[in-house]
Amino acid sequence: MPDATPSLQNQQGPYFGDFGGRFVPEALIAALDELEAEYRKAVVDPTFQDELARLHREYTGRPNPLTEVPRFAEHAGGARVFLKREDLNHTGSHKINNVLGQALLVKRMGKKRVIAETGAGQHGVATATAAALMDLECVVYMGEEDTERQALNVARMRLLGATVVPVTIGSRTLKDAINEALRDWVANVDSTHYLLGTVTGPHPFPEMVRDFHRIIGEEARAQILDRIGRLPDALAACVGGGSNAMGLFNAFLDDKDVALYGFEAGGEGVSTGKHAARFSGGAPGVLHGARSYLLQDEDGQTLPSHSISAGLDYPSVGPAHSWLHDLGRATYEPVSDVEAMEAFRLLCRTEGIIPAIESAHALAGALRIGREAQAAGKEDTVILVNLSGRGDKDVATAARWFDLIDADTVVDGEGSSL
Amino acid sequence: MSATAGGVQAPYRTAARIEEVSAQGRAALIGYLPVGYPSVEGTVEVAKALVESGVDIIELGLPYTDPVMDGPVIQQAVEHSLSAGTRVRDVFTAVQAVAALGVPVLVMTYWNPVLRYGVEAFARDLAAAGGAGLITADLIPDEAGEWIAAADAHGLDKVFLVAPSSTPERLRLTAAASRGFVYAASTMGVTGVRSEVGSKAEELVAATRAAGGEHVCVGLGVSTGAQAAQVGRYADGVIVGSAFVRPLLGEEPWDERLEQVRAVARDLAHGVRSARSSDETTRKVTS
Repeated sequence: MPDATPSLQNQQGPYFGDFGGRFVPEALIAALDELEAEYRKAVVDPTFQDELARLHREYTGRPNPLTEVPRFAEHAGGARVFLKREDLNHTGSHKINNVLGQALLVKRMGKKRVIAETGAGQHGVATATAAALMDLECVVYMGEEDTERQALNVARMRLLGATVVPVTIGSRTLKDAINEALRDWVANVDSTHYLLGTVTGPHPFPEMVRDFHRIIGEEARAQILDRIGRLPDALAACVGGGSNAMGLFNAFLDDKDVALYGFEAGGEGVSTGKHAARFSGGAPGVLHGARSYLLQDEDGQTLPSHSISAGLDYPSVGPAHSWLHDLGRATYEPVSDVEAMEAFRLLCRTEGIIPAIESAHALAGALRIGREAQAAGKEDTVILVNLSGRGDKDVATAARWFDLIDADTVVDGEGSSL
Repeated sequence: MSATAGGVQAPYRTAARIEEVSAQGRAALIGYLPVGYPSVEGTVEVAKALVESGVDIIELGLPYTDPVMDGPVIQQAVEHSLSAGTRVRDVFTAVQAVAALGVPVLVMTYWNPVLRYGVEAFARDLAAAGGAGLITADLIPDEAGEWIAAADAHGLDKVFLVAPSSTPERLRLTAAASRGFVYAASTMGVTGVRSEVGSKAEELVAATRAAGGEHVCVGLGVSTGAQAAQVGRYADGVIVGSAFVRPLLGEEPWDERLEQVRAVARDLAHGVRSARSSDETTRKVTS
C-alpha cells in the first residue's frame, strides 16, 4: 500500500531541509545554472542514460558483486555481513560512478577542460581516467601534504595524462585543494568544468553526485533481496563528503526498518580535537558552497580535520547527510583510527580482501552494530556494508601502522619513483 | 559605543560619499585592507595612511580560513593575520578606529564567520562600531534573506557582487538587492594585481546600470594610477586591494613599507582625479 509519508528518496536541491544552497561567488552562478539545466536534460535523455549504462557495464565492470564475509562476521556478534564491492570497480573505488556521469555531461556542454580536487587521490585518479577516456584536459589540485602521503596516486594520475598541482597554502590538504580548484574555476569557467568528487558543494552538485552514485544502493537492494529474500537490518558506510554513503542509502531511505549508519573519521578521538567527526564535534555552517555540519571554531573559522584516511579528512559533509541526521533517519558515529585499522587487518586476514582505510571505518562500524545487536538480544541481524574502495593505495600507511618490516623501504621506494 | 561612532554620519554613508566625489567630477577610490596584517593596530595605521593619501572609502577584510575569492597576496596576509590570533571582535575594533577618521568603512567578509556570530548580532555590532555595511564575497542575494533583513534594520549597506558571467536577470536581482554600490568584478578571477583591467569591466558597468544599479564600482586587478584613471572614466568607484597589501608583505622596515603604500595610494588617487579631465595622458605622480 502506498504510504502517506513523503518519500525521502531522490530529494532535489538546492535545499535538503535547512542544508545545502549556493554559497558561492556570483561569478559561478551562471555555470551552476548551466550545469543544472544540462543535467536536467540529460537525466531524461535516453541517449545519455544508455551511454552511461554502457560505460558502467563495459568499462567500470558493473554490476559489481555482493560478497558475504562469514569469517569476518564471526567478530560481529553473530550477524551476517555482506559487502557491496565498489572496490572491484575500474580504478578501485565508487568514485568512477560519478566521474563518468559528469564527464559525459562535460562532453554535452562542449567544455574541453576538467579540474578536480582530491584528498587520497582516488577521485583524482578516477577523474584523470575519465579525462583520458573522453579526451579532456585534466588538472587535479591536491594538498601538498596529501601528495606526499599518496605519492603512488600522484604517479598514477600523471601516467593517465593529468597535471597534478600540489597546493601549498593553508592546511595543505583536501580543503585547500577545493579552495584552489574553486579559484581556478572562477577564472576559467567558460572552458572548464569543476568535476567535484562528492555530495558537497553548491547546488546542483549534492543532488547530481548522489544521482550518479545511487546505482550502488539500487544494485545492492536487488542483490540482497535476491540472496536472502529480505532487506538488511542495517547499512554501514563511511562518510567523508559522503558520496558512497549517499549512493548506498538513497535506495533504502523509504525502507523504515532498515537502519542507516554513517561512520565518520574519529581520528585520534573526538575529545582530542584531532578528528573529522562533524556530527559529534561540529555545528551547522557554510563551507565550499553549502550549509552543512562543519568543524569550526567560535569565530566560524574552519578547523583542521584529522584522519589516518585522507579520503575522510574533510571538515564538512554533504548537506543531505546533515538533513538525514537532523531528521533522525540516519545515525552518524565516529570510528577512531585504531578501530578502523583493526577492522582493516581483520578483513585482510579473514577474507583475503584489502579494503581502503576509508571503507575500513564502515567495517569497524559493522562490527559495532553486530555486537550491539547481539547485546540487545537480537538474532539473525543482517548488515550490508559499502566496501567503497580497495586498499592498494593504503599499503604503505598500513605497513607503517602495523610496524611491518621494511615499512620505510616501501614508503621511500614509492617516493623516489617520482 | 554608539551608532554614530566616528562622527555624525547619516546611515547609507557609502552612497553619500560616492555622490560627494562624483559632484567633484571623479570616481571614488576604495581601498581594501585585511584586518590583522601585520596587526590590528597596524591595519588602522595603514588605513589612516590610505585616507591621508586620497582614499575615499575603506574596505576592511575579515580574515577567514578559506578565502576562495582571493589570490596569493591577500591569502598570505590573511594567513598571517589568523596565525597571529586575529578574532572577529578585532574587526569591530578596527572598524571603529577607521570610522573615526571620517571615512565610510565597509567590511568585506565570507559568509560563515557572520553566520557563526549570528547575522543579527553581527549587524548590530557592526552598526554600533560605526561600520557602513558589508561586502559579501560568497553570499548572493538569493541566499541573503537574513542579512538583508538585518542590514535594513540597522541601516547598513549591502554590497553584492556582479561578474562578467552574470545574466541580465541576475544583474537586475543583484542591483535591486544592493545598497551603497554594486561591486562589479572586472574579470572572471580572484583578487590580485593584473597588468590589464579586464576589457569586460566597462560593458559590465553599463549593463549593471541598465539593470538598475545606482552606483557601480569596479574591483579585481586594479593596481596603478593609469588603471584607476581608465576605470574611473566609466565607474563610480575604483576598488583596490592587493596593490596595497603587496608592499606590506615586504621585508623592509615598517616605515618604508608604509611609505610605499602611501605612494601607491597617491598614484591611484591621482588616477581617479585625472580620469575625467582632458589631459590625463600627461598625468604625473604627485607627492
